[in-house]
Amino acid sequence: MTNISAFLARFGGVNLLPVALALLAFVLIGQPSSWVTLTVAGLAMGMMIFLMASGLSLIFGLMDVLNFGHSAFVSFGAFVAASVLAALGSWVTGGSAALNALALLAAVGAATAFGAVGGWFFERVIVKPVYKDHLRQILITMGALIVAEQLILAVWGGAPVAVPRPAFLTGSIVVGDVAVETYRIFAFALGLAVYLVMHYALNRTRIGLLIRAGVENREMVEALGFRIDRLFIAVFMAGSALAAMGGAMWAGYQGLITPAIGPEMMILVFIVVIIGGLGSIQGSLLGAILVGLLANYVAFLAPKLSLASNMLLMMAILLWRPYGLRPAIKG
Amino acid sequence: MTEDLPSVPPRSLPTGRIAVYAIVGLIGLALMFAPFLFPDVRAQEVAARICIFIVLVASYDLLIGYTGIVSFAHTMFFGLGAYGTAMALKTMGPGFDAILIGGGAGVLAALVLAVLIGLLSLRVKAIFFAMVTLAAASVMLVLASQLSDLTGGEDGMTYEVPRLFSAATKLLADADGKTMRLFGVALNGKVAAYYFVFLSSLALFALMLRIVGSPLGTVLMAIRENEMRAEAIGYRVVAYRTAIFCIAAVIAALAGVLRAVWLKYVGPDVALSFSIMIDILLMVVIGGMGTIVGAVIGVVVMSLAQFYLKDLMEAGAAATADLPLLPDLLNPDRWLLWLGLLFILLVYFFPAGVAGTLMGKGTRK
Repeated sequence: MTNISAFLARFGGVNLLPVALALLAFVLIGQPSSWVTLTVAGLAMGMMIFLMASGLSLIFGLMDVLNFGHSAFVSFGAFVAASVLAALGSWVTGGSAALNALALLAAVGAATAFGAVGGWFFERVIVKPVYKDHLRQILITMGALIVAEQLILAVWGGAPVAVPRPAFLTGSIVVGDVAVETYRIFAFALGLAVYLVMHYALNRTRIGLLIRAGVENREMVEALGFRIDRLFIAVFMAGSALAAMGGAMWAGYQGLITPAIGPEMMILVFIVVIIGGLGSIQGSLLGAILVGLLANYVAFLAPKLSLASNMLLMMAILLWRPYGLRPAIKG
Repeated sequence: MTEDLPSVPPRSLPTGRIAVYAIVGLIGLALMFAPFLFPDVRAQEVAARICIFIVLVASYDLLIGYTGIVSFAHTMFFGLGAYGTAMALKTMGPGFDAILIGGGAGVLAALVLAVLIGLLSLRVKAIFFAMVTLAAASVMLVLASQLSDLTGGEDGMTYEVPRLFSAATKLLADADGKTMRLFGVALNGKVAAYYFVFLSSLALFALMLRIVGSPLGTVLMAIRENEMRAEAIGYRVVAYRTAIFCIAAVIAALAGVLRAVWLKYVGPDVALSFSIMIDILLMVVIGGMGTIVGAVIGVVVMSLAQFYLKDLMEAGAAATADLPLLPDLLNPDRWLLWLGLLFILLVYFFPAGVAGTLMGKGTRK
């Protein structure tokens, strides 16, 4: 038994879980072509959820603040991106790939910028007065979530909004009898790029060093004379911007969005953060990919179970590891 | 904010405390005679809703106010009680046995789920627990709308309740064989149903007051104030937290049973949806966390606000119809927006709520 666990730990330990899940699904599904399609879809979904979850996780890790209003940024990102894409009209649907890309860049950029500004406002006005008071934090951010959702309803209305997808990202790449949607590849690539940038920033830069030190022991970093509250605003803004970016990508992926997008994604994001362990980027990535893969496999194998499956996954993992798979902080 | 909560008995004349109890007493009296004071149907609906929500909100206060546990699964337990009763009444036909079996099953399911969630996640941080309960509650909501064969899906289900509670039943007949009237109010089954709800709520409320006054309540407050210390003194914090979570879940499920019996309808909107959870949160914060009686004030204020705020906003929207965006913000459908803002301001400036703030008056710190 110890041999096996040592062997597993050498090859990545808990990081093998998605691989194991994919292999299990391969056996259960049986058709290689649908398996590839589902796996790519799962990875793309996982990456989009990772965008939304990583910020929440870092914000919590650094300042012990859990933002229940995080999903508001997802909704705002989705709606801002939808409005920009709709406003650009022929740039989006036209044949020119350069204009398409520009329109997409504008939409995702606008959503991200909105997330950053919104995050700054949110941190200063809503969260700052209630540092270190969990109960009031939960209540206040919950109240802010209500207000944000109502604002979305007031501005965009309750009806579903169609999101035009840039022409160069429609269609799919066909290899043999496997068809893979271009948008999914793009979403995966973007998510991976963001992960790599974050990984680099956290592990190779001075600010990243401070953030990691702050997650580990905030008081000590403050005692050494660093203004961790300023750092925290930056992290909060970055986290909110990433959530908005994730929302924008998700909006393009779905093609049709309603104000319910925030609450829907919030559950997935929470499950991901809980599975992955609060405060760690690697944990969020692992959790997001697990959730994305599982959601797609289960939707194919047993559609009725799809939402409950993530819940069951969370329960199982909490029973096994009460603090998540790769927590950055204990307790 | 915990220092704002009243825990030491006051030395001087506690005017605020007296005022709170007077208000609560008045509300209690009004509810007791509600069928005679407010004979129209709509007011009776409101009165019954207030009774049920007082129980629900007070049981939530046991968690959030007394123990410092933030749970978002309270509507889940409420819904389990309501759906259990509704399903039994639907399949077994109207009868008290159906209420007993269905309600019992619902309460049992709530208890089992509470034990599971509690043991699984109450040993970790408050924030973790809040997230787990939120996830659990939303899965339950999805399940209720997916399993439409059992639960009626989004539409919910209607059913018959025992004959005693139907409007056609005469409780007392006068000399002509007609339904006897008291102060101009027909003593029919609806009155019986109201008193069933009222007395059950009263009993549950009294039970909760008793729990809070018992040694258990004191230990819970100790855990809220300083968990480490409570553990060090020798109280098993996880066991106490799980216990109060289960008690609150059972009481919420019982409130759900009452709701199902009164409404003769159960659907996601009235028993399970997230907006009910938000209502509960608002009510408990407005009333005052950590004061069971605050629940009474919070529920009444919120219920009245829901009616009058909408009227006010309608007027506001009409007055600003020419301006951009403002009419949209003042649209009566957006009343949650303003309540949300009010909620944030309350948590900032009056974290003790109406009852807590009033009770703090006249006592010396």
